Amino acid sequence: MNMQRDTLALLPEIFVLVGAVVVLLAGSFLPRDRQVVTRYLAIAALLLAAGAAAVGMTSPAMTIFEGGFAVDVATGAARIIIPLATILVLVLGAPELGGSRRESETYSLMMLAALGAMAMAGANDLLVLAAGYLLASIPLYALVGMSRSPGAAEAALKTYLIGALMGIALLLGVTILYGIGGSTSYFELRSTLGGAPPAAVLAGILGVAAGLMFKAGGVPGHFWVPDATQASGTAVAAFLTSIPKLGALVAAYRFFDLLPGGSDPGAVGWPLLVAILAAASMTLGNLAAFWQTDVRRLLGWSTVSQVGYLLLPVAVAGTTDLALPSLLLYLAGYVASNITAFAVIAALPTRRSIEDYRGAAAAHPRLAGALVVSLLGLVGTPPTAVFVGKLTTFTAAWDGGLAWLVVVAAINTVASLFYYLRWLAPMFARGQADVVAPAPRRPSASWAAVVGATLVLIIGIAAGPVLGVFDAPLAG
Amino acid sequence: MLSLVVFLPVLAAIVLAAVPRITDAAARWIWLVVTLLDLALVVGLWLAYRDPGAGKLAFEEQLPWIPNVGSSYHLGVDGLSLPLVALTALIFVVCAVFALRHTDRPRAQAALFLFLQTSSLGVFAAQDLILFFVFFDLSIVGMYFVIAGWGHGNAARSALKFFLYTFLGSLVLLVGFIGLYLGSAAKTFDMALLAASPPFGDEPVIGGLVLGAVFIGLAIKTPTFPFHTWLPPAHTDAPAIGSVVLASIMLKMGTYGFVRIAMPMLPNAWRDWAWLIVVIGIISVLYGALVALAQTDVKRMIAYTSVNHMGYVILAVGAAGVVSDSAAQAREVAITGAVVQMVSHGLITGALFLLAGVLYDRRGSYDIASYGGLAAPAPRYAAFFAVAAFASLGLPGFSGFIAEFQIFAGSIGPVPWTALALPGILITAALFLRALQRMLTGETRGLSRGFRDLDRREILAIAPLLLLAVIIGIVPRFLLDVIEPAASVVVDLVSR
Repeated sequence: MNMQRDTLALLPEIFVLVGAVVVLLAGSFLPRDRQVVTRYLAIAALLLAAGAAAVGMTSPAMTIFEGGFAVDVATGAARIIIPLATILVLVLGAPELGGSRRESETYSLMMLAALGAMAMAGANDLLVLAAGYLLASIPLYALVGMSRSPGAAEAALKTYLIGALMGIALLLGVTILYGIGGSTSYFELRSTLGGAPPAAVLAGILGVAAGLMFKAGGVPGHFWVPDATQASGTAVAAFLTSIPKLGALVAAYRFFDLLPGGSDPGAVGWPLLVAILAAASMTLGNLAAFWQTDVRRLLGWSTVSQVGYLLLPVAVAGTTDLALPSLLLYLAGYVASNITAFAVIAALPTRRSIEDYRGAAAAHPRLAGALVVSLLGLVGTPPTAVFVGKLTTFTAAWDGGLAWLVVVAAINTVASLFYYLRWLAPMFARGQADVVAPAPRRPSASWAAVVGATLVLIIGIAAGPVLGVFDAPLAG
Repeated sequence: MLSLVVFLPVLAAIVLAAVPRITDAAARWIWLVVTLLDLALVVGLWLAYRDPGAGKLAFEEQLPWIPNVGSSYHLGVDGLSLPLVALTALIFVVCAVFALRHTDRPRAQAALFLFLQTSSLGVFAAQDLILFFVFFDLSIVGMYFVIAGWGHGNAARSALKFFLYTFLGSLVLLVGFIGLYLGSAAKTFDMALLAASPPFGDEPVIGGLVLGAVFIGLAIKTPTFPFHTWLPPAHTDAPAIGSVVLASIMLKMGTYGFVRIAMPMLPNAWRDWAWLIVVIGIISVLYGALVALAQTDVKRMIAYTSVNHMGYVILAVGAAGVVSDSAAQAREVAITGAVVQMVSHGLITGALFLLAGVLYDRRGSYDIASYGGLAAPAPRYAAFFAVAAFASLGLPGFSGFIAEFQIFAGSIGPVPWTALALPGILITAALFLRALQRMLTGETRGLSRGFRDLDRREILAIAPLLLLAVIIGIVPRFLLDVIEPAASVVVDLVSR
């Protein structure tokens, strides 16, 4: 083991960790009106992390710390996207969080949760995965509870209870797999699980999957998502519907990829399990989003359905070359689109229900444009990023033998258009909503919305090179 | 060069959308100038066009785009697409002329139509399935905003129905495209490569399913019976120029897809199911005509005649798949007729929708019974309407006659029972004559009293369409010379 090389490979994580600590300490010493400094510190640390990760992607895939952590294309992508997405969240949240009572604490907690997501993405050992899960979850409970809105306490409790339950399931799954596989390292489990009793393997998988689904916000671990999205602050909502999913879905891909599947000896039917979870997530998320009137709750349910599409490439992990690049591209596109939608919400804080958006396009043409790009982007209209994401994930899933799931996903995509349009249509209608108090100008949130929408389009149009970068095998 | 033709309008649209200081009048004129410029470029292309030969393209451009899935930025035209590119460029000029007096948010309207123009041109110029799909989907998005933003009546609801229904079609189409990609030996979305070595040669079941997906996707757009229910409300509530773009151009995306994608890439499945396609064509012809006959709303009536007219195209492409001995010549005639019908319907129905739009501009009603004796107060209007109606019912001397004659001449030989669709022509004739009689002749009454005749702007918009329909009807060679070689290639491809 090469300690120096391994530590250097973790430079992005170290930047985020040190950044979180520095932000917390600086926040304790700075007066309330100078807390903005902590935001700049946080952004600087995250930028450094993304830069270090980008440099790290040029080196070949490897595992570090005795195979416990993989540094490869999937980790690299997550380590670039997570810090950049967190920066976007900090920028869109600036007007809301700036000068608030717990400004630096919020930044610090977000960075720690981001660190947890990064750890999950690289975890190549069940124990590292469990540690990442806890690191990603605990700050989240605090973030949800921090908002003093009436629903926040309930949402925080719900998140905590489900998180704790699913966390126990995860640990139970880890224990079972360790018991039958004789190791927690993916590298060794890959060879030992094939000879283990399938029923026990399946029990272990179910436990781990439950934990991952909580973090991803997919069925059956989704109950907290709409409540937390509606009740917490806009920045926190944007954060918790984007960043944890990145870590969880990359972790899910890595985990399912190691399991014996197809015609391997001792194969358990995990592709079918993932496919069922995918179908359930997209369908339930869509059905629940249909008649929502609160735009945050609508987005909360929409993220549940998006997890369903994101699970398509996970269900065919390892069987087709396109699976991993399509997952990473879809994740990048989804995160950009989702944060853009929340940035629009952050820029128009007085509008909360769909009806409040009536006629908003005339007053805020740029924000309306950004919302069109982000919501049609979430549907998967070309030339946005999620379109290429859907195209490639559908192709990968069909190629991996799940044609029926592609049909389910296509039907769900059409259904999802309905509720996104329920939000968009009034915006361009003539007339004005009655409640609209003159909104305070929030330039940084508008700026985040425009940048996000531009990113959505750029990733979509430049999908070829992006997919090329993501097209590499996993380490180990 | 082709890229410039396709993207010039959207560049202008971005400028219009981004610069709020452009005045309304300036926006309208910029719109007109850009469309005229684009038309001039297309005319230049037409003059420079030489038939590229089987499997080749003219004005071809290709750049790598998403190499991981074998998709590239690939543009090009041949005898099937060039007429439709030209039609698109012309129709958008006509729309810009017709909208010169519009006062409802002209800057946004101009930007939206220029955006639509790029997506429509892109559909016909694309030679890669993904690129085709990108433009195809964007045209739906653009049209949604046209109907929702500038429509009347129950516009929001009609726009939603239009968007959901056609978006469903486009996703089914996308699933079909993915099937083609996975079935292809070369793992590519490139149209030329897929046509050169069609997938699913010996897998009739999967080939049939993929054809089913592609067919339903395109049939919703065309629309054919029974996928047409989005069309009447969308047309009724769309603004006049929106209806024109919808009927003249966007419906052609479906029928164009049959000859460009379905037939060359799935020849075996197409031949297996050709009988069903012919049946759907015949039903569309008869059903569209009969339902049009029952309408009291002139715009709905024209909308249903579109179902009827597109039915002839389906009939022809279906009949071309029914392989019999010594019929290659006939099937070629049928395909040529189908392409001519696309152009002809675009011209004539465009004119009819503009004339219906004039009714609404003046009186706010499409109700046939509310008008009567229009010929007295508005002789020019009556003359134009009569000419357009006669053209639409397929009178010799107009482009519709050339198209429908070729379609039946090419279809009845190989598939005699396509003659079942012949009554469709009679019914269409009857319904147009009845509409003419009720609206134009007799005593001037109801909304016709004091009806202002067509002004110069309206004549300038409508006349070129009818003029071209007459020119194609009398001297069609300039068009047929472009289409025929390409039609013969399609026939060769589908009979492999």
